[in-house]
Amino acid sequence: MDISSLNRISQDKKQNLDEVENMIKAKKIFKGGAAVPHRKNTAEMETVRMGVPEKVLIPMLQHIGAPCEPLVKKGDTVKVGQLIGSSDKYISAPIHSSVSGTVVNVAPMLYPGGFHVTTVEIKTDGKQEVHEDVKPPVYSNKKELIEAIRNSGLVGLGGAGFPTHVKLSIPPDKKIDTLIVNGAECEPYITSDYREIMENSWNIMGGIYTLMELLEVNKVYIGIEDNKPAAIKELTHLAKTSEKIDVITLKSRYPQGAEKMLVYSITGRKIPPGKLPLDVGVVVMNVNSVSFIAEYLKTGMPLIKRRVTVDGEAVKNPANVEVLIGTRLEDVFNFCGGFDRVVHKVLMGGPMMGIAQYSLDTSVVKHTNALLAFAREDVDIDAESVCIRCGRCVRACPMNLMPLFINHNVIKGNPQELKRYNVNDCIECGSCSYVCPAKRHLVQSIRLAKAQLRQASGK
Amino acid sequence: MLDTIWIPVVVVGVMGLIFGLGLSYASKKFEVAVDERVSKVREILPGANCAACGQTGCDAFAEAVVAGNSPVNGCPVGGADVAGKIAEIMGVETSDVEEKVARVLCGGTNDTCRKKFDYEGVQDCLAAANLFGGPQACNYGCVGLGNCARACPFDAIVIENGLARVIDSKCTGCGKCVAACPKKIIEMVPASLEYTVCCSSTDKGNIVRKNCDVGCIGCGRCVRACPVGAIELKDNLAKINPELCNNCGECAKVCPTKTIQIFLCRKLNQAAV
Repeated sequence: MDISSLNRISQDKKQNLDEVENMIKAKKIFKGGAAVPHRKNTAEMETVRMGVPEKVLIPMLQHIGAPCEPLVKKGDTVKVGQLIGSSDKYISAPIHSSVSGTVVNVAPMLYPGGFHVTTVEIKTDGKQEVHEDVKPPVYSNKKELIEAIRNSGLVGLGGAGFPTHVKLSIPPDKKIDTLIVNGAECEPYITSDYREIMENSWNIMGGIYTLMELLEVNKVYIGIEDNKPAAIKELTHLAKTSEKIDVITLKSRYPQGAEKMLVYSITGRKIPPGKLPLDVGVVVMNVNSVSFIAEYLKTGMPLIKRRVTVDGEAVKNPANVEVLIGTRLEDVFNFCGGFDRVVHKVLMGGPMMGIAQYSLDTSVVKHTNALLAFAREDVDIDAESVCIRCGRCVRACPMNLMPLFINHNVIKGNPQELKRYNVNDCIECGSCSYVCPAKRHLVQSIRLAKAQLRQASGK
Repeated sequence: MLDTIWIPVVVVGVMGLIFGLGLSYASKKFEVAVDERVSKVREILPGANCAACGQTGCDAFAEAVVAGNSPVNGCPVGGADVAGKIAEIMGVETSDVEEKVARVLCGGTNDTCRKKFDYEGVQDCLAAANLFGGPQACNYGCVGLGNCARACPFDAIVIENGLARVIDSKCTGCGKCVAACPKKIIEMVPASLEYTVCCSSTDKGNIVRKNCDVGCIGCGRCVRACPVGAIELKDNLAKINPELCNNCGECAKVCPTKTIQIFLCRKLNQAAV
């Protein structure tokens, strides 16, 4: 290869970069955060579909809100897409069977969130017969459409699991002018949103158009971090069909994908403490959720499967796997070739916000976006040392809190002081713990602070 | 020359006189009558400000007693001794305070209770308990990170081998540990009760057995052995009724898992007082 061709390549590259650069519309970036490594090892791995496991464990709580009541009992036969759990509470989402088979147990079982929840255990028959109720929803007005979305069991697929129908039911006194589609995916390792953009971009657009009409917004932004140029290109190309839709390249900085940071980076609006995006006229939806809405309206198949990034240094064959909801973690890891090293830590979710699991007997739920497994040598478990008051956590906090003082007061057990430090505004992104040179357990202590406050106010 | 000395002297002197008169008038006019019994009662109280009496501290309790809002035997820490002295000051008769003592209803140490996982986070029971119920295999057991020990104003709780233990002779029965325990496994019992079922698990026997060597499996042998019928089996867990128990110890003899333990050191405390 001669010099001129090298030059050409670098020029091409530069042009490409310029193109990406030009796409950047919002120059604003939220304050704080952390520059975490990306480690998107599975980015170019196409989704593989995992077969039906022998049994599934479907917890009756897969969302933020009220748990569902099981509608089946031991010995019942269920089919794919059959409603097996529902609740009449507003903030809740129905739960459907992901397999066909026989219910063998309905009992409290371990839930990946860290407690026990009533769980339906189904022994599969492998036939995957679809339930007769599964048919494309009929809707003629907005109310029916929102009802259909509720019936699909959709919750925010980005990781929090907030019931989507609640998010889309805008109170009459609020005015929404912007829809933000969240494809930032700022956590390391996770690539499930990225694969959705690369594989189902048409569905995403379909979902966006539906939501545009439902919410009557005249502006849609799709926010993607600049470490995913292929995704930006893909969606920019599709977004050319409408001038109302813009793809925004976001700076790669954790936690760019957090709702409040994303809204600020794209629109410059600040969400006041304790308020929601809809208070500033914005609705934020994950790309996977948007795509699912289109898919559901076409097929009528409720939320019974999702894409999960299985990665981490201890996993033999990292992959993006399409998993039926309720599949046990053990089955998912076995599907990926099992572990090639002794596992020390298993995380559900990303390394920044994921919850460590001690048992592989828990199952994939609706908002599980990644499963990570690490060996002892991959995990930094340093002893906590004393706070040197360097203030790095204060600089890193995107919510302008002072984690070090919260930590001090938690240790002292002083709920009155905690309130002064606005503990409840913490989004638990983990930036402070990440940057702390003394390796203090800052996020966990803030979670503890929230628990202490709850306890103090409960008295 | 002399002016610079006597003018300030006179000015300051006159000002002092005016202020002095004002203050002495105010002290007469706005005088607050303080009952001297309050300070006397306050002197007798232990002064730990533990708030076990239900008031905010010893000062508040002393005022409440004198105002008649609290019983003279309202201080559980001081016990009969303090109650008697307060009664003397107040000039009333007092019945004996029932002395109470804290008991940890768990016997699972690091050796007897198995572990679910290694916990490396914040060293606080509430934080650990919020994560899958804590690192110990039993979901009802003591987390052993010492919230009760930190809450105790009398240093009467120690964490030994992953289990909180109440030092009976130091425990004053203030009940602060009961509020601090996120697992709700500390209970106040009458100090005279010598036998306690040291387990809180309502799991079935086989699960308890799998998790812990000393957990109550709900076999019911103690219920049958008790000559006075003081033990009741509820939700796979034996419970001794302190009102009926006569401290005979038959239950401890038959317990196959050695869950029922004997607590005798309370007598040490009574001797000391």
